[in-house]
Amino acid sequence: MSSETARLRAKTWTCATVVVLSNVLGNFFLKRGMPADLPTPLAYIAALFQPWAALGVVLLITWMLSRMTLLSWADLSYVLPVTSIGYVLVALEGKLFLHEEISLKRWAGIVLIMAGVALVGSATAVQTARRGEEPAR
Amino acid sequence: MKLLLLAIIVAATAAGEVLAAMGMRRHGEIRDFRPGALRRAASVLTRNRFVIGYVAAMAVSFFAFMRLLTISNLSYAVPVTAVTYALETVMAKYVLKEHVNWLRWAGAALVICGVALVSL
Repeated sequence: MSSETARLRAKTWTCATVVVLSNVLGNFFLKRGMPADLPTPLAYIAALFQPWAALGVVLLITWMLSRMTLLSWADLSYVLPVTSIGYVLVALEGKLFLHEEISLKRWAGIVLIMAGVALVGSATAVQTARRGEEPAR
Repeated sequence: MKLLLLAIIVAATAAGEVLAAMGMRRHGEIRDFRPGALRRAASVLTRNRFVIGYVAAMAVSFFAFMRLLTISNLSYAVPVTAVTYALETVMAKYVLKEHVNWLRWAGAALVICGVALVSL
């Protein structure tokens, strides 16, 4: 592995960690701060100012910015599977903190998602197509 | 209602992410993470029309997702939105011209099957 490839991979995994954690925690706090019903459009806006929902929104803005940063060098078809590890964390979080049920079928799904993440994350290049640049493989 | 919200989320997210990838690719790799450099990059990106399109699409997706959260569990709402993976991987190959080799297709297929199992 060349030093450029190693640099890109380390940078990618660091940024992907921020992407995943900000997304998982952002969704969690948003759900926690969300009222049972949103009858009018104004209720949507008002809900965003509930403390837990506001924290969720801040984290989701962090998610959006870190994902954009990641896409400045990494392929979308690489970023998609690698950041899907968040789905596993969301399911675990739902079970641990919101007491939502996870069936055997859902656990099987979680295993498949993790296998997909491992396959793409470890066995393919971070970027394959950049205008005026050589692929980093 | 759930399916309609899901369709809106999938379409807006897929379009938004492809626009983000196009905009950020045009901008180039962010290498300097000092606050001043990030502020300058943010300032440049606010004038990038692909990024503006991304933010608009994600806002649509976000409000549809908020609505979905009020009528379903978090462990249903989040995984089913991963249906976008199939659409976005196809768009990555044909719109963004990425080299999606068999390992990436296999990885995407595993994730999609996983999502289907998680959501059924």
